[in-house]
Amino acid sequence: MKDNRKVLMEVKNLKKYFRIDSKRSLKAVDNVSFEIYEGETLGIVGESGCGKTTCGRTCIGVYDKTDGQVLYKGKDVHAMKGSEIKEFTKHVQMIFQDPYSSLDPRLKVHDIIAEGMQIHKLVASKEEEMKVVQDLLKQVGLNPEHASRYVHEFSGGQRQRIGIARALAVNPEFLLCDEPISALDVSVQAQVINLLVKLQKERNLTCMFIAHDLSMVKHISDRVGVMYLGNMVELADSDELYEEPLHPYTKALLSAIPIPDPEVERERQQIRLEGEVPSPVNPPEGCRFCNRCPYATSVCSEKTPAMKEMRDGHFVACHIYDEKK
Amino acid sequence: MGKIIEIKDLRVSYHTYAGEVQSVRGISFDINKGKTIAIVGESGCGKSVTAKTLMGLIQTPPGEIKEGSQVLMDGKDILKQSEKEWEKYRGATCSMIFQDALSSLNPTMNIGNQIMENITNHYTVSKTEAKKEALRMLELVGIPDPVACLKKYPHELSGGMRQRVMIAIALAGKPQVLIADEPTTALDVTIQAQIIDLMKDIQKKLGTTIILITHDLGVVANIADGVVVMYSGKIMEKGSAEEIFYEHKHPYTWSLLNAAPNLELGYKQKLLSIEGTPPDLINPPKGCPFAARCKYCMNICVDEVPEEYEFETGHKVSCWLYHPESGYNNIDFGSDSEEAGYEG
Repeated sequence: MKDNRKVLMEVKNLKKYFRIDSKRSLKAVDNVSFEIYEGETLGIVGESGCGKTTCGRTCIGVYDKTDGQVLYKGKDVHAMKGSEIKEFTKHVQMIFQDPYSSLDPRLKVHDIIAEGMQIHKLVASKEEEMKVVQDLLKQVGLNPEHASRYVHEFSGGQRQRIGIARALAVNPEFLLCDEPISALDVSVQAQVINLLVKLQKERNLTCMFIAHDLSMVKHISDRVGVMYLGNMVELADSDELYEEPLHPYTKALLSAIPIPDPEVERERQQIRLEGEVPSPVNPPEGCRFCNRCPYATSVCSEKTPAMKEMRDGHFVACHIYDEKK
Repeated sequence: MGKIIEIKDLRVSYHTYAGEVQSVRGISFDINKGKTIAIVGESGCGKSVTAKTLMGLIQTPPGEIKEGSQVLMDGKDILKQSEKEWEKYRGATCSMIFQDALSSLNPTMNIGNQIMENITNHYTVSKTEAKKEALRMLELVGIPDPVACLKKYPHELSGGMRQRVMIAIALAGKPQVLIADEPTTALDVTIQAQIIDLMKDIQKKLGTTIILITHDLGVVANIADGVVVMYSGKIMEKGSAEEIFYEHKHPYTWSLLNAAPNLELGYKQKLLSIEGTPPDLINPPKGCPFAARCKYCMNICVDEVPEEYEFETGHKVSCWLYHPESGYNNIDFGSDSEEAGYEG
């Protein structure tokens, strides 16, 4: 099944360091490789500070890379120039976490949504523009009359819908969703997720879905990558990852999700991680997880484990699986 | 197990330029000693205002606690306390921890002094004794190297450690009741699990009554004995954790439980969403506040506030569906839920 999927984005050994001063740098993303296939949703999960947002933003060229390569349809994202960049931004759009700060308070909803279309000259006339905006508003479940309002008149869930409409206005192929629901209430989260899934199906969008809410990521993703301190530690089909996690960190992360069922909560065995995530300025040698890992051996603090394919499409970076392969 | 807190018909409003916001509109519930009770609901449902009332933190004006409201702590009405009595009460009888530990801690004082402040305010002890007690508190909340931590400032600690410090400060006054307002919302899941374990452990060791305010039903299932479900300033349903999770009677509780995805839910199966948004509390609806979003809504729901119906075990629901004349008996919410999958 793998062969008939087309790779849309290929990320090879991507590194993104932020310089602090002449000697130190923060290694936000360190040697991450993965592919995104056309039409799929790739979920990226991890705790705060693991580099998931930086990874997403570097992939679509919002940040410059430090090293490595990101290929979008075979083209290097960071080597694009002028008109290529403009073409690329038409294909790739982003939905942001905070629906309050990501929409311009001085623009009307119509102008927010239409701005991208004007830049890319997708509409011929004002009338057509008006019609497209109203269609988009309808598609995301808002009233077309809302086009003449300002964003402060809307609730958080409605603003997020405006953000989605803006992203869809230029007919993108690829959508980067960076924690699109974490600022919303539970009942509203469900509305936005249902909308995203519906639109994705209708338009055959490819999505990269970044979140820390593991159950939501499982719900929406085809494949899920788990990040820890700048590294990707495990990448697998979403069902497989949740049913048979291989990496000790993934196991701990999954077992830490509270389940809304008192009996299950009382009975299940939970893996408790000691301590906290170390600083990405000065990460541990070898495997980044070694100082918190219950299975760590001496090799873990010496050598960085490489990503290995354990089963079909199930990758893990951990020394436990060294001999078994 | 006796009752430690009894809240009777509590009403709190805020006066704003837009009008009177009725944040809490007549709620009553009891809390038993040594138990954990969770107040759940979406933002703006009045759960934090209820907690602030218990701590005497409602600023008047703009806030106003309405005539007739009563909060009995061990039989004494705390709403009638003088400011001096409040000062004794806060920290020694009832303590509170907040969501954002960094902005709740004092950035100009070291951790040791912040803990000792709470001890010396309430008990006559020497400085060395207070320091010893502070150290004991830091050990209790599981801070590695507590001696060094005494001299640190909040910005030097990580989010999880700050939350532990805040719990240490709250416990230093030996309170009977600990109010935790979204204590883990700002934390990562693995750290959240550590903090919840810590709170359970403390309750076992010290017998503290915990009031947990949260919107995360997973956390509630893990820690709570009793649950109060609030919606736009009113209590929709209250009962034991088992009753709320397995035998919920209110359509809102059902929707809330099903709106969150769980790991068992199928791939891209449609999530149950509650359409619409909560009502405006400046002009609250005259009937049931959930009526506009409820799919079981009947004529009476729009016009009259539902009565509270009590079931055998003290499980209480405010919903007209349980009126003998509603025509419903034994509603099975799951069976007629929307079919899975997406249209189109």
